[in-house]
Amino acid sequence: MLKKSLLLGLAAGIALAGAALAADPVKIVYIGKNTGNPYFDSITGGFQDACKAKGCEFEFVAPATAEATSQIPFIEAQIQRGVNVIGIAPNSPDALNQVLDDARAKGILVLTVNGDLTGNESHRDATILPVNFDIVGRDQVEMVGSLIGYEGEIAILSATTEAPDQNKWIVGMNDTLKNDPKYAKMKLVATVYGDDQPEKSTTEMEALLSNYPDLKGVIAPTTVGIAAAAQVVQSRGIADKVHVTGLGLPSEMRDFIKDGTVKAFQLWSPYNEGWLAVHFALGVLDGSIKNEVGSTFEVPNLGKITINANNSINTQAELTTFNADNIDQFNF
Amino acid sequence: MSLIRTLLVRREAGIAVMIVLFCLAVGAFRPQFLTLDQLRIILLLVPLIMIAAMGQMMVIVARHVDLSIGSTLGFSAMVSGMLYRFDVDWFGFDVPWWTGIPVSIVVGAGLGLVNGLLIQLFRLPAIIVTLGTLSLYRGLTFIISNAKQIDRQWIPSELKGLSQTSPVFGTPWIIFIAFGVALATYLFLMHTRMGRQIYAIGSNPVAAPLRGIKVTQVTLVVFTISGALAGLAGILYASRWGFVNPSNTGSGFEFQVIAAVVIGGVSINGGVGSVLGTVLGVLLLGCVAAALPLLGIPGTSQAAIYGAVILVALVIDRTVRRQGIAGFKRVQP
Repeated sequence: MLKKSLLLGLAAGIALAGAALAADPVKIVYIGKNTGNPYFDSITGGFQDACKAKGCEFEFVAPATAEATSQIPFIEAQIQRGVNVIGIAPNSPDALNQVLDDARAKGILVLTVNGDLTGNESHRDATILPVNFDIVGRDQVEMVGSLIGYEGEIAILSATTEAPDQNKWIVGMNDTLKNDPKYAKMKLVATVYGDDQPEKSTTEMEALLSNYPDLKGVIAPTTVGIAAAAQVVQSRGIADKVHVTGLGLPSEMRDFIKDGTVKAFQLWSPYNEGWLAVHFALGVLDGSIKNEVGSTFEVPNLGKITINANNSINTQAELTTFNADNIDQFNF
Repeated sequence: MSLIRTLLVRREAGIAVMIVLFCLAVGAFRPQFLTLDQLRIILLLVPLIMIAAMGQMMVIVARHVDLSIGSTLGFSAMVSGMLYRFDVDWFGFDVPWWTGIPVSIVVGAGLGLVNGLLIQLFRLPAIIVTLGTLSLYRGLTFIISNAKQIDRQWIPSELKGLSQTSPVFGTPWIIFIAFGVALATYLFLMHTRMGRQIYAIGSNPVAAPLRGIKVTQVTLVVFTISGALAGLAGILYASRWGFVNPSNTGSGFEFQVIAAVVIGGVSINGGVGSVLGTVLGVLLLGCVAAALPLLGIPGTSQAAIYGAVILVALVIDRTVRRQGIAGFKRVQP
């Protein structure tokens, strides 16, 4: 009797597990650069909302520090857990090759989101970037130019000296200033690095102001740097003399826009990266999207999206500019 | 003349001379370094370090060390930040802007007391205990905050004003608070019984109980003060920078503070150290931090130069001291 009920129970258990397996939703994980980074909260929001709408299971994980190898154990754990899709903001362009290959060998779709494995693109299936990073430098120069009347001294306050994205944008800024006659009267006097620390960014900004008394504009293409630079300008009360702009988060810059310290700055929607990643991944898994260069697909709210060279996908064509008129429309 | 001699034989003379020489040398290349404006920049850089350094100095004088202060700073700042962020959800009303000040101090004191209890109850070395709590307190900061930053809009503007508005001479409140803490520490160490006992414990931990000193009690007080001051530095971090981040806020802070304390002539072997020396050590670090970008030293070499300056300062200080005060050298027990 006991034996029989045990067997029955076992059978029921197997049947239940089978049913659960059949209805198992797609498991998507996003591995951020590090925890506690407000930028990733917004990307994660896009993943979450899209998974809620499409019925998939989403999890966000990230190491404590943004080191090159710190993401490897997280990727291994997710392979073990049997996820279907790994989205990752890689901390290194080459340290993850091996473990990402392992994931793909198990049939996991690997997407880099908000950063790519430059030079090692063959180790992921596709990349989702907010904009084509080639235009960021150009657009930022135009932004600061429009604020200072296309004439006078400008400086760049960046993150760390080895930050790959920032360095790419700085090259773009230099090229634009050198080659486009529109900016011939603008002079880049210094490029300094605040290491994405408020203290260091502040001392660098103060030093720029002391060393270049005629400085008209500062481009800070980093969220920590632009807030620190704005704070220096605010506390010195020189907003009409020195224009701070760059790339920032609306949530961190709102006060500076409202009190006129910063007239305008730029970024993209990190939220849309997560939103697009989920729609793309589910489409590839169910076969409705072909992950091939040149193929196109529709994403709700974003419209028609094209897969560009190197299986690279952008969520928007141009940077978004934030100013006093529109800043309250953004909740990230 | 005798005043000058008294000053020269003081332990702090070496570091004071170094600050003057360093500033003059930088001023030779960048005259704007020797202006009141620059002094304001330097003074605004150092308050958090100075406040925490007072606690760290007492800990080191007592022949311990507190590696957890950066995480203590982060945790206590986060508790107050969350209070500002979620007060309406939790209590149904907005808490007054100054609430974070006592809250962070008390939270920091609590974490410091935990350090002290672990060290005293289990007879563990402070370096090991606080290495553990360095990680523990940082981890707890992630847990309570759900790894979310408290943004600028949640920090009350009156609190941010402490770092900007000024009672006199364009000197923001935060600078007065830092020097006030230094003065209070001086009075405590020099003019109270317990203050003197801290030196006695550091000089000779074995003999201290024989002289009737309640070592456990004093040690607990020292670590509690160190935590409380790190907590005060935490709420002032929110004031100065306008946000609290679970991973960045206070990260690596302990190294700056310990460097400042040691440059200020506090002996890592305990029993020796002064408030004046520590203040000078903090100011020297502030001068160096402000000078490097002004000199246009590239970002890639700044860290190396900063470290080298610390080592050079230590070597000069120890050399000058050994020769300068040889005749007055006290006999170490």
